[in-house]
Amino acid sequence: MAQTTFSKEELERYSRHLIIPEFNIEGQRKLKEARVLVVGSGGLGSPLLLYLTAAGVGHIGIVDFDVVDESNLQRQVLFGVENVGMPKVDAAKKRLESLNPHVEFETYNTMLTSDNALEIMKGYDLVADGTDNFPTRYLVNDACVILGIPNVYASIFRFDGQVSVFNYTDKEGVVGPNYRDLFPEPPPPGLVPSCAEGGVIGVLPGIIGSLQANEVIKVITGIGNPLVGRLFVFDALNFDTRTLNLNKNKNLKPITELIDYQQFCGIKPAEEKQEEVPVKEVSVQELHQLISDGEQYQLIDVREPYEYEISQINGELIPLSSVLEKANLISKDKKVIIHCRSGKRSADAIRLLQDTLGYNNLYNLKGGILAYAKEIDQSLATY
Amino acid sequence: MNVRLIAFGIAKDIIGSNKTVVEIDPPYKLTQFREYLFLNYPEFKKLQKISFAVDQDYQLDSYVLSENQEVVIIPPVSGG
Repeated sequence: MAQTTFSKEELERYSRHLIIPEFNIEGQRKLKEARVLVVGSGGLGSPLLLYLTAAGVGHIGIVDFDVVDESNLQRQVLFGVENVGMPKVDAAKKRLESLNPHVEFETYNTMLTSDNALEIMKGYDLVADGTDNFPTRYLVNDACVILGIPNVYASIFRFDGQVSVFNYTDKEGVVGPNYRDLFPEPPPPGLVPSCAEGGVIGVLPGIIGSLQANEVIKVITGIGNPLVGRLFVFDALNFDTRTLNLNKNKNLKPITELIDYQQFCGIKPAEEKQEEVPVKEVSVQELHQLISDGEQYQLIDVREPYEYEISQINGELIPLSSVLEKANLISKDKKVIIHCRSGKRSADAIRLLQDTLGYNNLYNLKGGILAYAKEIDQSLATY
Repeated sequence: MNVRLIAFGIAKDIIGSNKTVVEIDPPYKLTQFREYLFLNYPEFKKLQKISFAVDQDYQLDSYVLSENQEVVIIPPVSGG
């Protein structure tokens, strides 16, 4: 293969790399020859893609199925107001091409699944995982193990971040720990909130995604000591950090094929498992009609006080965690409509009250305050 | 025997603090430590999958703790 060369413009662009003794033109050549796949172009994906593009990684693949939302702009610095509503991969490609015309991009406007992961990921030298859910994290990890490529991992929650380099094969051919050595199995669904559910401080993905980009560059160029067999954890609120040493867990079964990760993470019930008991529902239109008709009913809001501060529809605030102890405030003899953000927590509250205290007059507001904001009152803030 | 507990991520929210000293009973295996957490912070029981590092090394449940060691709770984190 002919040796990779650089144009005058490229040499000038990368000059600050070229004058670092241990990096030099060899490091830059390795970057230009590299093929990196970034899975998820959100909070972590933004700094990752910006820095990898600026640094001159030759070929970058971007996987994301989402469109840019107003609520992304607080942390996803890859996007601007003009991108809201656009597919993230298209908005990302446009922004990145203007940052560095010497980089080739390939976009995949799709959700990574067990059916397409190996096809998409093969041919890449390395994957950087910036996804936002457990099923995709296990999927990316297992596919990297099967393909024998490193998985540069990072994840974030509120003020906390984690970084590691998984499945890295060193010069002696020894393969380092992977995600399953750290967490053999996922937590039960719904207990570990995502950024959308639990929130995240906007600058955190900037910090953690930049560390992740640095590890990608180190792995490609072979400089320094990559974060292999170690997990970096960061608490931005207390500025507390640890670099924890990891080992291969010999009790684990080897990873030889991809599985159904939705089922593995308990999100999709196994076939024989029963669906949750349905609850009685009212639509936002029906609620609006009740209000206009001046009907007798009680509206209960089971969200948290800080959510109530963002937007509310005159419900009585009784957070889900306290519905049983405050059940004396919930009427048993008139129609009671219970709502939350999307309708999930309110359905849980209704099942709890029905099963424990024998209520039979409870109705779930279908779609929650999000549906109310969309269908009835567009002035309400959504989150 | 006392060990120093350091929490990250959602474990901080469950404990209500990022650092605390806890007293555990013999035979001081990480299994006992896990039981201590389940008993005093039932949210961990629901979460089930938590990993530990002792003096910065990842350890499995059979590891035996010593006085004043630092135990870091590594919670699963999925956000991106």
